[in-house]
Amino acid sequence: MNAVDSYVTADGRTIGAPVMEMKNITLRFGGVTAIKDISFDIREGEVRAIIGPNGAGKSSMLNVINGFYHPQEGEVWFHGKRRHAMKPHQIAKQGIARTFQNIALFKGMSTLDNIMTGRLTHMKSGIFSQMAWWGSAQAEEVANREVVEKVIDFLEIQAIRKTPVGRLPYGFQKRVELGRALAAEPKLLLLDEPMAGMNVEEKEDMSRFILDVNDEFGTTIALIEHDMGVVMDIADRIVVMDYGKKIGDGTPDEIRNNQDVIDAYLGVAHE
Amino acid sequence: MLYREAGDYKTSYAKDQQTFPIAFDRWGYRLTIAFAVLVVPFILNDYWTNAVVLPFLIYAIAAIGLNILTGYCGQVSLGSGGFMAVGAYAAYKLMTSFPELNIVFVILLSGGVTALVGMLFGLPSLRIKGFYLAVATLAAQFFLVWLFNKVPWFYNYSASGQISAPERSLFGYAVTGANAHPATSYLFCLGFVFVLAWAARNMTRGANGRKWMAIRDMDIAAEIIGVDPMKAKLTAFGVSSFYIGISGALLFAVYLGAAEVGEAFGIEKSFLILFMVIIGGLGSIFGSFAGAAFMILMPVLLKNIMVGQMGWPTDLASHFQFVIVGGLIIIFLIVEPHGLAQLWRLAKEKLRLWPFPH
Repeated sequence: MNAVDSYVTADGRTIGAPVMEMKNITLRFGGVTAIKDISFDIREGEVRAIIGPNGAGKSSMLNVINGFYHPQEGEVWFHGKRRHAMKPHQIAKQGIARTFQNIALFKGMSTLDNIMTGRLTHMKSGIFSQMAWWGSAQAEEVANREVVEKVIDFLEIQAIRKTPVGRLPYGFQKRVELGRALAAEPKLLLLDEPMAGMNVEEKEDMSRFILDVNDEFGTTIALIEHDMGVVMDIADRIVVMDYGKKIGDGTPDEIRNNQDVIDAYLGVAHE
Repeated sequence: MLYREAGDYKTSYAKDQQTFPIAFDRWGYRLTIAFAVLVVPFILNDYWTNAVVLPFLIYAIAAIGLNILTGYCGQVSLGSGGFMAVGAYAAYKLMTSFPELNIVFVILLSGGVTALVGMLFGLPSLRIKGFYLAVATLAAQFFLVWLFNKVPWFYNYSASGQISAPERSLFGYAVTGANAHPATSYLFCLGFVFVLAWAARNMTRGANGRKWMAIRDMDIAAEIIGVDPMKAKLTAFGVSSFYIGISGALLFAVYLGAAEVGEAFGIEKSFLILFMVIIGGLGSIFGSFAGAAFMILMPVLLKNIMVGQMGWPTDLASHFQFVIVGGLIIIFLIVEPHGLAQLWRLAKEKLRLWPFPH
């Protein structure tokens, strides 16, 4: 598959050119190599999954994508341009949002305020205008509130709008965190284990939201998940990592039949 | 039965975002302001002004300032006393160097100078957190007090090392110096308190406040959603120091009249303001007022009871006063660690449902 190709998924959506390309990424922490020479791409409009056993380097990979870690070797290309070392908050402004494996909400704030923080990259009014709560600051506050209310409607969390997030049950907290990422209207959405610790119903809800986001807003999604059933169902293409190396890359069917992947998950018999 | 949300419909987001969403609160707020402006100036006497009202207003500004930094942005500071000294000395230098300058501008400019100094001492916060930052700001406290003691330029080479406020007036009424009428000083301070509290509330409920609270609650997540930690922390230090500087300038120029840095702006001041913020409630503007009222009123009240009512000797009463205030602080922190503001919030939640809690 070459870089400008597009392809058609099993359910008939056309996937465009690569948004994000990782080229020969190597990441070391002291003597430990967390990621070893990995290349893959994430294409416009697709749901891309990264899977692998614990400690395979999946979360480190997301941290490289949103600029929290800087790889020692390799290049990150975003929208066809090479990205040089940037701070995470600058990368957020380019349109990459994410959620975390362990919920990282702002505990002291309400659901509404948490999701409003997702709009911060879109809010430009100065501190003096905000002091007076007049003119541009108030108009901006109301305009962004409208976007946030749409996200709240989409995620069906109207009833907990004014509740401090610390009081919410786990499933709702995960949903609010997704809301915060969605409010930024990202081009690329990174989800780190969005379904960890959920029961079947919550997983179904979350899968539906992920697919709807992809479908309705056309957002490109990269996710890490351990539940194979979910991954095989919702992902268009899958990268498999093991001990920092890439051992498989392809559609769910290809991955299911890949001998290296089966070995990594089920183990290999020693002769 | 009056305290109700029901029937108070919000038809726009602007209305839903107002500071007092419940009608009863709005009227309470308006009545308080009207009472403070129209009634209080006529019933004030010297004793009440100097013992209670002026210190309450002036420390409320400092408490709001520290609350912005510690309560909203999560950066602990023990340098408030030092920053108040910066405000006071800036006011003194401005008043003596530019006698024509209007007193309002003197106070505002003193706040501006303090904001710059505060941002300078806020730089370490980019690298260090929590207790370590508290120690770094403690260094600022000691350094600033030392600086104002050692460099005679700051106190215009006066023999006593003191600074004293010359008389300045606003609209023909003296607000500083010996001739200031209590009601004038009161209204002058009240004006600053009103505007600053209003601005603080607006800043903390909007985008800036959310940036600060995001840094406070989880700085890594804040950075990943697009908050520049350096900018957010430095604006918090700047705004906070601006408030504390104004408070220091008012304390010196309007309330004390004359000051010596080690005595007026020592480490006890930093702790006093920190206690106000903790007892009042971190992350609440109302809490700043409640905390300031508690820390200023409680000693006065106790003294009046013990000396005035029970006839104890003054020195015994003042010792007991320390014991009781200290004890009350501990009891408060155990019963409600989130401060008076949280008690107020809980009371309101209960009131909304009263008398049918289910």
